[in-house]
Amino acid sequence: MLTALLRSLRTGVVTIRYPDEPAQPPARFRGAPRVQPGAVMATLPPPSVCPSGAIAGGPSRYAIDRARCLYCGICAEASLDGAIALGRQVELGARKRESLAVEVESDADGRAVALPAPPPAEQVAEQIQRTLGRSLQLRHLDSGSCNACDWELTALLNPVYDVRRLGIDFVASPRHADGVIVTGPVTRNLEMAVRRTYEAMPEPRVVIAVGACASSGGIVGRGYASAGGVAEVLPVDVFIPGCPPRPEAIIFGILLAVGRVSQPRA
Amino acid sequence: MLDGLQERLASWASVERGPRAQDITARLHQAEDVPAAVAELCAAGMALATLVATDEQATSERDLKVRYVFEPASHSLRPLPDVFVTLVTSLNPTRPELPSISVEVPAANWHEREAQDLLGIVFSGHPDPRPLVVHDGWPKGLFPLRKDFQASQRPPVEPAEEFPHLLVEGEGVLEVPVGPIHAGIIEPGHFRFSTVGESVLNLEARLFYCHRGLEKRMEGMGMLDAFHVAERICGVCSVAHGLGFCEAAEQIAGVKLPARARVLRTLALELERLYNHVGDIGNIAAGASYHYGTSAGLRMKEALQQVGEVFTGNRFLRGLIVPGGVRRDLSAEAAQSIEAAMAATAEALASLMERIENNPSVTDRLDTTGLLALRDAIDLGATGVGARASGVDRDARRDHPHAAYAGNSDLKVSVVTESDGDVHARLNVRAAEARESMRLILALLAGLPSGPLRVPMPEALPAWRIGLAAIESPRGAAIHWLRSDAAGRVERYHLRSASYANWPAVPLAAQTSIIPDFPLVNKSFELCYSCTDR
Repeated sequence: MLTALLRSLRTGVVTIRYPDEPAQPPARFRGAPRVQPGAVMATLPPPSVCPSGAIAGGPSRYAIDRARCLYCGICAEASLDGAIALGRQVELGARKRESLAVEVESDADGRAVALPAPPPAEQVAEQIQRTLGRSLQLRHLDSGSCNACDWELTALLNPVYDVRRLGIDFVASPRHADGVIVTGPVTRNLEMAVRRTYEAMPEPRVVIAVGACASSGGIVGRGYASAGGVAEVLPVDVFIPGCPPRPEAIIFGILLAVGRVSQPRA
Repeated sequence: MLDGLQERLASWASVERGPRAQDITARLHQAEDVPAAVAELCAAGMALATLVATDEQATSERDLKVRYVFEPASHSLRPLPDVFVTLVTSLNPTRPELPSISVEVPAANWHEREAQDLLGIVFSGHPDPRPLVVHDGWPKGLFPLRKDFQASQRPPVEPAEEFPHLLVEGEGVLEVPVGPIHAGIIEPGHFRFSTVGESVLNLEARLFYCHRGLEKRMEGMGMLDAFHVAERICGVCSVAHGLGFCEAAEQIAGVKLPARARVLRTLALELERLYNHVGDIGNIAAGASYHYGTSAGLRMKEALQQVGEVFTGNRFLRGLIVPGGVRRDLSAEAAQSIEAAMAATAEALASLMERIENNPSVTDRLDTTGLLALRDAIDLGATGVGARASGVDRDARRDHPHAAYAGNSDLKVSVVTESDGDVHARLNVRAAEARESMRLILALLAGLPSGPLRVPMPEALPAWRIGLAAIESPRGAAIHWLRSDAAGRVERYHLRSASYANWPAVPLAAQTSIIPDFPLVNKSFELCYSCTDR
């Protein structure tokens, strides 16, 4: 007992300071792919290189859907002259599905020009911000994930991320929850359970989709066993892309859902 | 072993080599002979590794096929030869029926039910022919793995009765339903306990809530796209499953991997095992309400996942392996951080295990809890930590050498077994295997050969070939079966994960304990739902 206590004291504080300080991913971290402004459109790889079908378009218009993206970096490897580069931003959550699609257009010289991003989603409903904006109790809902996103939610409770310091916790029942944090594409075998869990929560309630599968269907897509994303079944407040998203990215998305942050840090 | 076997099978089947050079494939003349041929294999010391059913109506053979893949059983001769024996039987697509082998070979139980659900194959005499993979409301007569079934179809949910389960009756018997949505951050499964007081009389586990149709999804895909699906069948087995798919595809392509690629893959595989094992030791502590241990385990796991991200750019080590080799080299920074993490983990693990062993309020919970008998482990074909803790001396790294384990004496894996078969034994096996993984990781770093990282893979694989690979994942041996189509894309891919083989053992072990110990028993096996359900 005493030695355990001494060991804990010797260890000191291991908790990171995010969100007060920015996340610090390692050099090899693969963030969102983007088409470099001014890149020659002809050097962009064909959409078929993307394993999850996140790329669409051709020489005149080209779009990358970050919600569907696996952050594998295959497109960047296949592009010539670094036409597609991987970003280093961790905070990628968005309140609108459309905000996650990044599109470029060809100018007269055949070079990429970014299209204006869609207007940001309207503010979080006042009732949600007022009622849930300080402390947030979430129910985890696995709708058929590969468990990578689930384990990152578990990591939020480890001493390093410790989301309880931010007033965020996971509760055992939807009756006790202010919202659900959903992983997985919603399988056929879980669709009923997903709906019932949502209905069991008191209002106001938020729905946070974590990971590529929950945000868009991801690698699973839509088919006989999968609805193709949480938005097909529930009204989603925040989409957190990633395969899986890093723990800080999930924290950012949770804070975004209740209006405690409004945009990624510059 | 094989020569005698070939002769004995010759009366029912035509026997040839394959899919690998050392394997044999026996094509049975008639499906009725399956039980006799299986009995012959079992008598010769073989055990069922996997069962693969396919729809081959579009080929010249116009049939459905069932392939029973056997491997040497743990109790047969030593050392276990690295061979697979495949029995192939052809079925008439209008009446696809054959005798069940589940009574004689309990490990076949779920495989036969799965083939029944997904391909409409009838295994006559099956002791429990309830649907397994498809749940209530799936239309009768619709089979997703038949080639004429469009993967994008969304059949309506039909009204259905409640799923039938074994009803235990008597004074004081109480039924406790749990899940599929659980109280913690866990994957979905439904557990139906029949209890008297705290004692569990019967437990039925209903899984496949995570069935995403991934095997169907991969059909028709090119190798690179299909690999990215395989890598995402399971989060915490990403390396193992990605590697298994690659080894099967590389076998078909006939490419030989450079030594450096094989070592870097093995490094990732051992890092994956290590972060799982130390995290799972923390989870066992959670099951025993020892919160200091939970935190200590989670911290070790976190540190190793951070090192994994330095190495591969992903906390689950995704994006390193690719068909034909690896995509990135080991950076000097990554090598240093892995070495530093080994020292820190070795110290932290030793301290945690000492604390657990010296804490009677923890060990009392672990001892004699959740017993899995050796006989049951063998009959069910259990694998990995759960099997080794009951005395099954099997490890695919030694018995089906893959990645860099083949022909490398520094990487000779010392397989750890225990005999008690309780939670404590599974904890001890995990801790010993974590130490062995650290030894292997340091040996891999010390002996890193120079040379290229990958070899070119053909755009399309040679047509109609089969690749078969066994990978020791953190949860035990996973068997990957892949066949290419006429265009060299995926015609059929099937994964028998370690969790798939082990799940039927969990209810047996739980029935030896009290209901409050179920989370502890469950955590001591620590099986994935996603790679079972696919």
